[in-house]
Amino acid sequence: MNRQTPLSINIGRVMIYLLLVAFALLYLAPLYVMIATSFKDIEEIRSGNLMAPPLSPTFYAWTKAWSSACTGSECEGLAPFFWNSVKIVVPAVSISTIIGAFNGYALAKWRFKGSEFLFGALLFGCFIPFQVILLPMAKLLGSLGLANTVTGLVMVHVIYGVAFTTLFFRNYYVGVPTELVRAARLDGAGFLNTFRYIFLPLSTPIFVVTVIWQFTQIWNDFLFGVVYSGAGTQPITVALNNLVNTSVGGKEYNVDMAAAIIAALPTLVVYVVAGKYFVRGLTAGAVKG
Amino acid sequence: MKNTMKISTLAATALLATTTSVSAGDVEVLHWWTSGGEAASVNYLKDKLSDAGVGWTDFAVAGGGGENAMTVLKSRAISGNPPTAAQIKGPSIQEWGDLGFLADIDGVAKANDWDNLLPAVVSDVMKHDGKYVAAPVNVHRVNWMWSNPEVFRYAGATIPTTWDDFMVQAAKLEKAGFIALAHGGQAWQDATLFEAVVLGVGGADYYNSAFVSPVDLDVLKSDTTVEVFETFGNLRQFIDANSPGRDWNVATSMVMEGKAGMQIMGDWAKGEFKVAGMNVGTDYVCTAAPGTSGGHTFNIDSFAFFAQSDAARTAAQNTMAAEILGTDFQTVFNLNKGSIPARLGVSRAEFDSCAHDSMDAFIAASASGSLVPSFAHGMAVSSAVSGAIYDSATNFFNSDQSAQEGADQLVAAVAAAM
Amino acid sequence: MLNYLEKHLPKIVLAPTTIVMIVCMYGFIAWTGLLSLTKSRMMPQWEFVGLDQYVRLFANPRWDVAVDNLFIFLILFIIIALVLGLLLAIFLDQKIRVEGAIRTIYLYPMAISFIVTGTAWKWILNPGLGIEKLFRDLGFAGFEFRWLVDSDMAIYTIVIAAVWQSSGFVMALFLAGLRGVDDNLTKAAKIDGASTVRLYWHIILPLMRPVFFSAIVILTHIAIKSFDLVQALTGGGPGYSSDLPANFMYTFSFNRAQIGMGAASAMIMLFGVLAVLIPYLYSELREKK
Repeated sequence: MNRQTPLSINIGRVMIYLLLVAFALLYLAPLYVMIATSFKDIEEIRSGNLMAPPLSPTFYAWTKAWSSACTGSECEGLAPFFWNSVKIVVPAVSISTIIGAFNGYALAKWRFKGSEFLFGALLFGCFIPFQVILLPMAKLLGSLGLANTVTGLVMVHVIYGVAFTTLFFRNYYVGVPTELVRAARLDGAGFLNTFRYIFLPLSTPIFVVTVIWQFTQIWNDFLFGVVYSGAGTQPITVALNNLVNTSVGGKEYNVDMAAAIIAALPTLVVYVVAGKYFVRGLTAGAVKG
Repeated sequence: MKNTMKISTLAATALLATTTSVSAGDVEVLHWWTSGGEAASVNYLKDKLSDAGVGWTDFAVAGGGGENAMTVLKSRAISGNPPTAAQIKGPSIQEWGDLGFLADIDGVAKANDWDNLLPAVVSDVMKHDGKYVAAPVNVHRVNWMWSNPEVFRYAGATIPTTWDDFMVQAAKLEKAGFIALAHGGQAWQDATLFEAVVLGVGGADYYNSAFVSPVDLDVLKSDTTVEVFETFGNLRQFIDANSPGRDWNVATSMVMEGKAGMQIMGDWAKGEFKVAGMNVGTDYVCTAAPGTSGGHTFNIDSFAFFAQSDAARTAAQNTMAAEILGTDFQTVFNLNKGSIPARLGVSRAEFDSCAHDSMDAFIAASASGSLVPSFAHGMAVSSAVSGAIYDSATNFFNSDQSAQEGADQLVAAVAAAM
Repeated sequence: MLNYLEKHLPKIVLAPTTIVMIVCMYGFIAWTGLLSLTKSRMMPQWEFVGLDQYVRLFANPRWDVAVDNLFIFLILFIIIALVLGLLLAIFLDQKIRVEGAIRTIYLYPMAISFIVTGTAWKWILNPGLGIEKLFRDLGFAGFEFRWLVDSDMAIYTIVIAAVWQSSGFVMALFLAGLRGVDDNLTKAAKIDGASTVRLYWHIILPLMRPVFFSAIVILTHIAIKSFDLVQALTGGGPGYSSDLPANFMYTFSFNRAQIGMGAASAMIMLFGVLAVLIPYLYSELREKK
C-alpha cells in the first residue's frame, strides 16, 4: 500500500487522517478538561465554561494536591501515598510476572495430562468479580497473620494477577516453534535450561506487555488497596478517593483534578514511554497466538 | 485558665501512666471525615489524646456516605484485626454488638456520669445490652430548609411552613423564573427529602410506627403512605431536570447564588453558607422543613469501640471515649460541623441562631414526642430496611410511578428486607 | 531421583499456582455459594435456609434493572469497542505519519482509573456543564444531550465511557495482529485485483480470529468488573436505573447487611459468565490444538 497514489486515493487518505484526528480529539477531551480545570481557580471553575482554557493559570491546585490537601485527619497531600503505592506495585508486579512466565512456559511447551484443563480453569478465574473474594480473603489473611500488611496486599495482587500473566505468557510461548524445544532437549537441556537459553532471550516483548498490564492494574486498584492495606500503608488511589469524596466545606475541583492527574501520572508515563514496545510486544505475541 | 488546663492534662497523663503499662498504646480510628473542616475537628481530638499520651493512627476511608468504610470494617473484623474505634451509628451499633465485636466502655461512662450527661434518646443508641459501647460526637438536625430570602422577595413569595403552602409558594418562585427546590438526585438526598415529607405529611406518630424499628407494616400500608407519596411526587415538578447525580453542596450553592429558592438538607449545609461568607437571617434563612416545625429528625454521629486483646490499647480506647464527651471537643467539633453537642452542659454562647433553634427543638420535641430518628441517615431502622426505603424512594422520585405504585413498592421492599 | 524431579518439574512449577487457584478462586466461590444458602445478614452466619436468598433476589425490582443493564452494557460495550478498535487499527495501519502519537492518544485512557476520570466524564455528560452547554453556547439553542440525567438513557453513558476507556486497547491488539499478517499474502491478493474492502473482509479479518479471542476475553473481564465506572459516573442513578450487578452485590453485601443475598447475586453473575464463556473458551482452545 505504499505506491504513489492517484488523486482518488489521496482523498481517501485525507479522510483517514481526518477521522483519526477527530477521534484523537474525542479521546483527549476528558484529559483536556481535567488539565484545564486543574489550572483554574475556583471562581473561574464556577463561572466559566468547562471547555475554556484557564485565563490565568495557577499552580495552586497542584502544590496543594501534592503536599497539603487533606486525605483524612492528615493534610499532607498525595506525596506520602505515592511512595506507598510504589512499595506495593514493585514487588507485586515483579513476582506476578515471574510466576506468570514460568507458568506460561510450562503450560505452552510442557503439556501434560490436564494442563489444558488447568489453563482453562485459571482463565475462568479472571472473571471472578473481586467483590466476592473480599471477606474470605480477609479471613485467610487474618489466619496467616498478614491482615492489613503490605505483604498481605502484595500477596493478594499476585494471586489475582497470575491468571492474567500466565495467559499472556502462554499465548506468547505457544508461538515459539516446538522444533526449538525438541532440539534443545536432544542437546540435553532440561526444563530450566531450555527456558533460560531459548525462551528467555525471546521474551523481552512479552515481559514488557505483561509488566505494563500488571503495573496499570495494580497501580489503579482501589478495592484491594482500601480493604487490605493498613494504616499508613494505603495506596494512592485510596488517598485520592478520600481527597475527592469530601462532602462538606466547599469542594475544590481544581485540587481534585490535579490530584487525579498526579495519581495517574505514573501509568500515563508508562504508556507514553513504553507504548511503542507495548504494541510491538503484542505483535510478537499475537502473530501465531 | 490555661494553667489549670495544663495541670489537669498533666494529672490525666500521670493517672494514665499509673493505670496502664509502659506505653499508653495507640488508637486506630476508622472514619470518613476527610474534608478540610472535618480534618480540623478530628485533629483537635487527636491533639487532646496526644496530650493524654495516646497516639492516633488515622484510617480514613471516604466515599458513598461510609459505604467503603463499612466494607473495610467488615473485612478487618473478619480478619480478626478490627480498628480501635470506628465511625458507626444508629442501629448498626446494635448489629455489631449482637455479633460480639464491641468493647464494653461502661467503666468510663460510669466514671464520667454519662447517664446524666446524655439525653436518653442519645444514650439508648450508644448502649448494647445496657452497656455503653459507643460515644456520641454530635446531634445533627436533618429536617432543615435553607432559603434565599432575596429570591423570595423578588418572586413575592413567603417561606412555606406546610407542604400545601410549599406547593403554592414554589409555583410562585418557578413563575418568577427560579428553580424552586435545589436538589441533588442521589439516593440519600432523595431519601432525605422523602423523610421530610413523611414527617411533615404523616406526623410524628405515623413516622414512629412506620419508619422506625420495629416497623409496623399495617401502618406502612395505610392511606397515609399514599398521601406521602402524593406530596413527594408533586415535588418532582419543582426541581430542575439536571439534578440527577448532583452533589448536595452544589445544590446548596444554587440557593446561595440565587438560582434556586430552597433546599431541604441537614444542618451540615450551614457550613457551606459560612464558607461563602454569608450571614444567617440576611443572606440565608434556616427554618424547619414544611410541616415539621415542632419536630426534630436527629442524626447522631458516634464512634463505636471494638474489643481489644491488648490492655494498653483498651486503656487508650477508654481515654478516647472520655475525651470525646469532653466539653472542649464537643464545642469545637460541632461549631465546625454545624451540628449541636450530644451532651448536656456545653455552653451555647458560641453557637449561632440556627444551632440554638436546633437545641431548642431537640428539647421541645423530646418533650412532645416528635423527636424522631432519621431513617435517611441510618438512625431509625436496620441497614437492610433503610436500604429498601432508599431504593423505593429514589426509584419513585426518578420515575413516573403513581403514588399508589410508590407506596406498594415501598411496602413490598420493606417487608422483604425485614 | 534427579531424573524424577526433572520429569515432573513442569508440574512442580505449576503446583503453587494450582493450589492457590483451588483455594483462592474455586474455594472462595464455593464459600460464596454456601453463604448464598444461609440467612447471613451483616456477617457470615451458617444457618441454612435453602434457596430463600435467591427467591428474595429475584423478587427485588432493583436486581431486575441491574441484570437488564448488564445485558445492554455487555453487548453494546463489546461490539462497539471491537468495531471501533478494529477500524482505528485498520486506519492506523495505512502508513500514517504520526502513528506513534495518535496510538498513544488512543491508548492512554486504559492507563487511568475511573476514580480519576469519573468526575471529568460527569461534567462532560452533564447537560448544564458539558456537551449540551457547549453546543448551546456555540449557538445551537435547541441542542440536547441529556442521557446522564435520563433514567432510560443513563446506562448508555456508561457504555460511552467504557468504550472510551477500552477501545484504544482493542485497537492496539488489532494493530498488533495486522502487523503480524504476512505481506506476501496481501500483495498476492492485490495482484489478483481484490479491492481493499474485500482484502480486509475475506483475507485479513479471518486471520484476526485469535485477536478477537483475546479482545473478547479481556473486554468481558472489564465489563463484568465495571463497578467503579458506575460508581464514579452515575452512582447507579437516576434512581437506580443505571445499576449493574457488581454494584448491586457490593451495596447489598457490605452496606445493607444482606450478605446472603449479595452472595446469591454473585453466584448468579458467575453462572452467567460460565454459561457464556465456557462454550466459547472450549471451542477456541479446542481448535487451536
